[in-house]
Amino acid sequence: MRYAVLGGGPAGLYFALLAKKANPSDEVLVVERNPPEATFGWGVVFSEETLGALRDADYETYNEIGENFARWNAIDIYYRGTRIRSRGHVFTGISRKVLLSILQRRCRQLGVRLEFERDVRDVAEFEYADLIVGADGINGLVRRTYAESFKPTVAVHPTKYVWFGSDLPLDAFTFIFRRNEHGLFQVHAYPFDAHMCTFIVECPEDAWRRAGLESADEAQSIAYCEELFAPELRGSRLMSNRSLWMNFQTLKQESWHHGKVVVLGDAAHTAHFSIGSGTKLAMEDSIALVDALRRHQGLAAALNDYEMERQPVVERFQDAALESSNYFEQVGRYDGFEPRQFAFNLLTRSRRITYINLTQRDPDFVRSVDSWFAAAAAGSPDGARRLSSPPMFAPFRLGALTLSNRVALAPGADLGAAACSGAGLVLTEFISVTQEGRITPETPVFDRGFQDVLRSSVERIHQAGSAVALQLGHAGRRGAMRPRLQGIDRPLLRGGWKLMAPSSIAYTPHAALPREMTARDIEHLVNVFETAARAAAATGVDAIELNMAHGYLLASFISPLTNLRRDAFGGPLPNRMRFPLLVLDAVRAAWERALIVRISASDWMPGGLDLDEALEVARLLKSQGADAVHPVMGQTVWESRPDYRRLFGIAASDRIRNEAHIPTLASGGITTNDDANTVLAAGRADLCLLTD
Amino acid sequence: MKIGVGLPTTISGVDGALLTEWARRAEAGPFNSLGVLDRVAYQNYEPFVALSAAAAVTRRIRLATMIVIAPLRNTVLLGKQAASLDALSAGRLTLGLAVGARGEDYEVARIESRGRGRRFAEQLEEIRDIWEDGRVGPKVTGGGPQLLVGGSSGEALARMARYADGYMHGGGPPRAFGAAATRARAVWSDLGRPGQPAMWGMGYFALGEGTTETGAEYLRHYYAFTGPFAEKIAAGNLTSPGAIADFIRGYEDAGCDELVLFPTSAGIDQLERLVDVIH
Repeated sequence: MRYAVLGGGPAGLYFALLAKKANPSDEVLVVERNPPEATFGWGVVFSEETLGALRDADYETYNEIGENFARWNAIDIYYRGTRIRSRGHVFTGISRKVLLSILQRRCRQLGVRLEFERDVRDVAEFEYADLIVGADGINGLVRRTYAESFKPTVAVHPTKYVWFGSDLPLDAFTFIFRRNEHGLFQVHAYPFDAHMCTFIVECPEDAWRRAGLESADEAQSIAYCEELFAPELRGSRLMSNRSLWMNFQTLKQESWHHGKVVVLGDAAHTAHFSIGSGTKLAMEDSIALVDALRRHQGLAAALNDYEMERQPVVERFQDAALESSNYFEQVGRYDGFEPRQFAFNLLTRSRRITYINLTQRDPDFVRSVDSWFAAAAAGSPDGARRLSSPPMFAPFRLGALTLSNRVALAPGADLGAAACSGAGLVLTEFISVTQEGRITPETPVFDRGFQDVLRSSVERIHQAGSAVALQLGHAGRRGAMRPRLQGIDRPLLRGGWKLMAPSSIAYTPHAALPREMTARDIEHLVNVFETAARAAAATGVDAIELNMAHGYLLASFISPLTNLRRDAFGGPLPNRMRFPLLVLDAVRAAWERALIVRISASDWMPGGLDLDEALEVARLLKSQGADAVHPVMGQTVWESRPDYRRLFGIAASDRIRNEAHIPTLASGGITTNDDANTVLAAGRADLCLLTD
Repeated sequence: MKIGVGLPTTISGVDGALLTEWARRAEAGPFNSLGVLDRVAYQNYEPFVALSAAAAVTRRIRLATMIVIAPLRNTVLLGKQAASLDALSAGRLTLGLAVGARGEDYEVARIESRGRGRRFAEQLEEIRDIWEDGRVGPKVTGGGPQLLVGGSSGEALARMARYADGYMHGGGPPRAFGAAATRARAVWSDLGRPGQPAMWGMGYFALGEGTTETGAEYLRHYYAFTGPFAEKIAAGNLTSPGAIADFIRGYEDAGCDELVLFPTSAGIDQLERLVDVIH
């Protein structure tokens, strides 16, 4: 076999030496545009797992790397004048320059031909080779040449970042957050030997402009950052190495090979720097590719196998990297968190690490978070005890109501079943304020008979120590459906009733057409909700949850997809919110206890309400006296395009809680205590609705 | 978890005699169901016709479409066919429906593939009404056949949770099934549907000398429309008793209710070998 490798970075060199080692009679050529000693970037980070793979693949290089690397197990977070240290996270770092010289030496020793300072114009120059390996980076020739079959997508991230080196001696992966008059800046720094570290500065684009960094040269950028981070640099310098401000680009490609051409490392995929080093992924690619070539006779089968093995791994990494970069792009939202919660939120940002994972890595840190959380929940953040229960078991003050813990359950029709559940809050099923407001013939109506039944269930639940929230709503156009055991949104063929809605649009193709509501209907329903709220007091329930979500009546006023009115109740958001807010006002006036409002935080439909607008909705609800918001997703329209990723309600809860500054009850695929503890400790919600 | 076996309706060289013999032996074996696949532009037997043949020679075993491409069919006739097969087999039909993945099937049937998701949702809204209304017979019992829906998009999962009795997964390693099952249950609960969705999974196998290559060849051919992905599916073929046992254990752990294993090689010995592995 004859191999031509384009690109003399870690991926290319490591592939070359492994291929040559596997079969010394093969001819392996590495072509690199720069001279051998040139290197951009500073240090490289590996995990324990990667080191294991490197050891198995080539013990000689592993040994040399081992003699030169820095090893540490802590993450330091500098925030608001404090340093929080979390331990138990094992990292290894090495200077990129040292790594490259180890790999070059080993390549030469094994007989790999290295050609430096050779600029390749056309991949066809290597037509003679049996396999052409593109290890030439995200902007490399190979990837560009075969873009049509690789089908790339490139996402450009909104923040600006720059790589510096520093002689600051570190013993931890270090995050620094500093706000000045220009905005919030953050540092990702990690050591690569006893004396040096990589020092990445990142900030929102507007802060970067305000700071004048757009027109700054390298020396000016360094001066600005050295001054900004002077307390942490403690006299150390920042060093430049073609250090230019950039936007990170995440590259994904459907395929990584075409004929006898294959790409690896950054030429195949990239993952945001905040989650670790692309070098780790690149060198793992090299190992997988050489292994696949050894296993298979045919080239096509080998390249397929390589792709099959690596793509799922890389995708998982990219998903986590996306969560992580989102965090850093939005971190200003959390600038106000207590330092321990800030740190917990940062450490769990990629969703790969949960409360339980952190407990295993650093029990002391999680214990300190638990203690702070419990003390803050009890209203005395300074009186933290050493031992506390996990966040889900901390009490929560919702308006005038104190819940014994932060878990909510929704037992459905059999409310009494939740009596011994231990949940702090039990949510009733949807209870209609009128006969016509029912979803199905089985939907309870909040009449005298129901109130009597409810009163006895509430008594039992109270005795067991839980509070009860009464979910009040009106189905609107989503009414007159069959019982839910037979499916959801299946219109009644017989025995239906007349529906009403802001505009005359049916919920499903076969559903009954609702009548457009008049001003009198609106006025009447405001009174009906008010009367229900008054009557609720006598049933003993502790909270009312107004349903303004999921395409029911109040929700269909809020969404521009379902409210086409031209009067004062339709049009811009304040108009569309008019009726829901009249209901809220009336209920608030008649009800002194806790009041939660459930909203659809996104219609999951182009042209519909999105999270930005939902934030406005939440602000309005807060200003009109809601004590908490329960954001749910979609169901506004039957034909929506839902995105049911894991924990799909958390992003909305996080934004509403931390940008509209109102407590949230999160739901949406929260099934385990670990999910709940992670979400609560990280400050992404105040309460969690646990489902099966 | 129950185990089913696929009927070899998509493998070349299978005639009516072999198909019914396969059904008879499966009925006598440890299998709970017989599954069939659906394609139009392919040398295979139509799923309802094949299951009818199987129904005629069996009494116990369930008959499952995994899946039928619903938008290619008139909804009323689809409902009538399903009701008929269910009635003639004494309630043994599990009707799996989905939009399918092959554009070619839509082209050949001269049916617009754009908007197929929405049309499928409308069909699902209608199909149980057809069964329950009584105007289109035959009369169904217990609300009609068990109805399962496949697909992996958010829309597909919402359709499943709204209208179906459960979820039909399209195949893959146990971990992929587990992730899909978790998502399906979350959507079910989010839409406010009481109870739990039934969860069905599928896999491919080839057992015995020489079948590894023929099996892989068949899968490459059957999944050629997926491009390079076909190679990955072919590589996932279960070709040893150990691999099948691991696969079954993985699916059971991931919460699967019924796992149907499809042959990739036609001989009746494939069924016998699978029986040996499962016993």
